[in-house]
Amino acid sequence: MTEIRTRDLVISQTDSRPMYLQIVEQIEQRVAVGDWPAGAEIPSIRQLAADLRVSVITVKRAYYELERSGVIATQQGKGSTVAPATRASADLHHGELARQIEHVARLGALSNLSADELAARVRTALAELQRKNREKP
Amino acid sequence: MNDLAVRFSGVHKQYRHFHLADIDLELPTGSIMGFIGANGAGKSTTLRILMGLVHQDRGAVEVLGQSMPSQQAQAKADIGFVAEDMRLYKWATLAWHMDFIASIYPGWDAAYAAELVRRFDIRPEQKMRGMSHGQRVKAGLLLALARRPRLLVLDEPTTGLDPVARHEVLGALMEVLTDESRTVLFSSQNTLDVEQISDQITFIDRGRIIDSADKESYLERWRRVRLDVPPDVILPALDDVVARSTTGRLTVLTSNRFTAAMAEACAAAGATVNSIETMTLEEIFLANVQQRREKEAA
Repeated sequence: MTEIRTRDLVISQTDSRPMYLQIVEQIEQRVAVGDWPAGAEIPSIRQLAADLRVSVITVKRAYYELERSGVIATQQGKGSTVAPATRASADLHHGELARQIEHVARLGALSNLSADELAARVRTALAELQRKNREKP
Repeated sequence: MNDLAVRFSGVHKQYRHFHLADIDLELPTGSIMGFIGANGAGKSTTLRILMGLVHQDRGAVEVLGQSMPSQQAQAKADIGFVAEDMRLYKWATLAWHMDFIASIYPGWDAAYAAELVRRFDIRPEQKMRGMSHGQRVKAGLLLALARRPRLLVLDEPTTGLDPVARHEVLGALMEVLTDESRTVLFSSQNTLDVEQISDQITFIDRGRIIDSADKESYLERWRRVRLDVPPDVILPALDDVVARSTTGRLTVLTSNRFTAAMAEACAAAGATVNSIETMTLEEIFLANVQQRREKEAA
């Protein structure tokens, strides 16, 4: 089971966006990149508030927004979990994938890699990932 | 169970040069309220009335379901109060104070006290006399926290603290709130602290409460609108605009009840909306105080 660490989140007071939005965006990103997998338990509102040293009402608002957009699911009395793969998380993954691919393309161009060479690198990385997954107990 | 930890209604207190008037205040159980005001605004007087240390001339004060000041003995068993001028014995060590408090309050949690000693980086064997300001603040907070009171009342807990001590103190306060039955009320001149950790905010100025609301919806209501207003355009009359300043073609409106309709009305009149900005608690506090003072002076 992947451990959800609240130190994955960092709130900035100089960021002009409201604090609840910073929490929403960072959790969305953790979910999008797969750091926080579907089904993983996320900290309770009061625990996250204590860990981030932000008010309970701010975290409550962030969780409310995340729940509305289907990123997390809250069960009365049981706390919140990352929602199972849904439209919302699929959208998040696609969005993040598009960003990362653009990034890969840019790095490839900077290193003067041809399209074929770049594609080969991606295939190698994919094969490596599959090998690792097979080895997992 | 009472869902309000603190309730003031119509509280007055008259001093020779200062008047606390019409104080209404409600603090829900399980939340943390930041109480903001300039020096001499009435923060400490309000907290002292809450504690039964100062008696109001009229109005009702209820704390943890007990009426103050008449039932203060019962209420105080469950309140932890920390103020700057708290009399700790200068010649005694922190350990002596810890033993003393533990002998009075059965709820004293020695394990928690030991953990706070470590986290606050203070030494129990040190005498109060030799402690720095920051160490004294943390010692006072430790003595209140380790009793695990249902209500924690702190008068300017972060004033004069270095960033590390401030972080430790705010962290300890937020941890109290992981228990839903506990409530914190703290006064501060530092709007950044209040903006960061409060659920409820209350502004006080010149002895009057000028706003008291939950923080998220309060911040959401305030906006600064930057407009480009051509010379032949006259802005419509707008309600809920607390400040308006114009230099050349540029006008800045500050609203305490912003709606999209407000920007649309300006645009319809022929102005260009350059930006709509959220505001920090500090900016809101200043705009609010200025507006009230101007009204009073008029």
